[in-house]
Amino acid sequence: MKSINFISYKQIIFALVALLMASTQALAERTILNVSYDPTRELYKEYNPLFIKHWQEKTKETVEVQQSHAGSGKQSRAVIDGLEADVVTLALAYDVDQLYKQARLIPENWQTLLPNNSSPYTSTIVFIVRKGNSKQIKDWSDLVKDGVSIVTPNPKTSGGARWNYLAAWAYALKHNNNSEDAAKAFIGKLFKNAAVLDTGARGSTTSFVERGIGDVLITWENEAYLVLKEFGADKYEVVTPSFSILAEPPVTVVEKVAKKNGNEDIAKEYLSYLYSKEAQDIIGKNFYRPSDKDIAAKYAQQFPQLELITIAELGGWNEAQKKHFADDGVFDQIYTGGK
Amino acid sequence: MHAIVQPSTKPLTSNPSTTIRSALQEPLWLKITLIAIALGFIFLFLCLPLLIVLFHAFAKGVGAYWEAILQPDTLAAIKLTLLTALVTVPANTLFGIAAAWAITRFEFRGKSLLTTLIDLPFSVSPVISGVIFVLLFGMQGYFGEWLRDHDIKIVFAIPGIILATLFVTFPFVARQLIPLMQEMGNEEEEAALSLGASSWKMFFKVTLPNIKWALLYGVLLCNARAMGEFGAVSVVSGHIRGLTNTLPLHVEVSYNDYQTVGAFASASILAGLAVVTLVLKTLLEWKQGNR
Repeated sequence: MKSINFISYKQIIFALVALLMASTQALAERTILNVSYDPTRELYKEYNPLFIKHWQEKTKETVEVQQSHAGSGKQSRAVIDGLEADVVTLALAYDVDQLYKQARLIPENWQTLLPNNSSPYTSTIVFIVRKGNSKQIKDWSDLVKDGVSIVTPNPKTSGGARWNYLAAWAYALKHNNNSEDAAKAFIGKLFKNAAVLDTGARGSTTSFVERGIGDVLITWENEAYLVLKEFGADKYEVVTPSFSILAEPPVTVVEKVAKKNGNEDIAKEYLSYLYSKEAQDIIGKNFYRPSDKDIAAKYAQQFPQLELITIAELGGWNEAQKKHFADDGVFDQIYTGGK
Repeated sequence: MHAIVQPSTKPLTSNPSTTIRSALQEPLWLKITLIAIALGFIFLFLCLPLLIVLFHAFAKGVGAYWEAILQPDTLAAIKLTLLTALVTVPANTLFGIAAAWAITRFEFRGKSLLTTLIDLPFSVSPVISGVIFVLLFGMQGYFGEWLRDHDIKIVFAIPGIILATLFVTFPFVARQLIPLMQEMGNEEEEAALSLGASSWKMFFKVTLPNIKWALLYGVLLCNARAMGEFGAVSVVSGHIRGLTNTLPLHVEVSYNDYQTVGAFASASILAGLAVVTLVLKTLLEWKQGNR
């Protein structure tokens, strides 16, 4: 009896393994992997089918696009450690630069290979408050008032949080005759009001929306409008400050990986097609600011006009990273000092 | 309990049984309070969360629940979780038996060190367990370039997930077997050998029947952890949807995608797997108790 039981048990396992093998073999077509940051989940979910259709019409080949999402810095680290991304679509140029600096996965001049500093879409940093805006938050200066509780991700791990931080920094410089000491004090007060520092933008949204923490969430414009769409405009309000930063989330082909996987042609087309009218329309629909002039005009009403400073005006990412976010940089000074 | 207690007619002596009796005879209010605290605690911290998971999973009806589960990404996550368990549990079972055998049947140098090392995965944070593999097999790691040149993918692919799970579930079977086999001694096995049984025959006819309950118990615990591991797997997964997300990772992904039903439906499957494991465990204990 026992031996019969044993055999049938073995057979069951064998059958299960065979089933698993069979189902993984069914996907025998070319596949590319897009490693992206947190808030782009919905955008690429909509863009990928459009691209697959486009590629099929162009080449008669059916491709598959796989997605991976997490904090921008974490994703850059994973690609350096060997996550086989054919393309990366990250939150800021600094994280993409690391692919060149740490691992030579991309050429040094990667940012010149596609239009608009390789940013097919831009965004900016805005606030989202609970309906009624009981703390009367209108601009950056309202965030440093006593008793205002802020939710933002951690600039050490999150790309979005670094844009948040630099927007606040630029605002403080502008309103204090470019005095860095005053700007430091401003940022210090701002982070003293931070109730929670999540590792990524989506984590912060969850803290603010689902866990009900904080009076105001500092976040990407696209993420803010997505919250309105997902959770109802009757519960939240988007507050656009008088001044913010032009966030340019860049994209690039990870040449070394794409070449090795034989996917360079798809990867290149995947990114350049992001600049097409069809893709730009999806971009506008998902609350990113389109780079195409016609499509941008179509969505102009969706995006309030405000004064935007660029990262180049702040000295570029390398300088900003070294000055603010590196160990013992300004952020470390003000955040440990703020405790 | 009442049957044991007999009113003592003798004057107080130093008879130890009287102190035992009074210790067993708790006042009624204390009993009720203790039971209420225990039950309340279990309800609050075990049953309530489980109910909330189910409530959210079915919040939009049974149809939405099935739709969430039948999504390709969810199915892929279930498959990957089962595959991981299917590889790690037998491997760790074999390892556990071998390790327990070596430790309880042989005398050798460094034995206590080995015993301590087996416990290492318990004492190390799962995140560290994951990072170890990235440091070893990642592109910047010791074997990274060699692996890439030979086209072998380990981290950010299924082998990495299996390795990380293997590491964190390492001690379960061995930990169950070692105390039992130590207590058992090897007289029965020696008797079998001296009566002419081969080593394999001795193992299957004498050792295995003696350790089978502890072994099954260890396998169940190992399985529960293999299916539920989050931290270590999260580090080595790369989070590729439909490919390297296990069920616990898929729960997080769905939750962050604002797909509450999907997240809680996946969580309910995980909880279901855990409940099945627990029921099996209870059955085993009950059977063992009846013997």
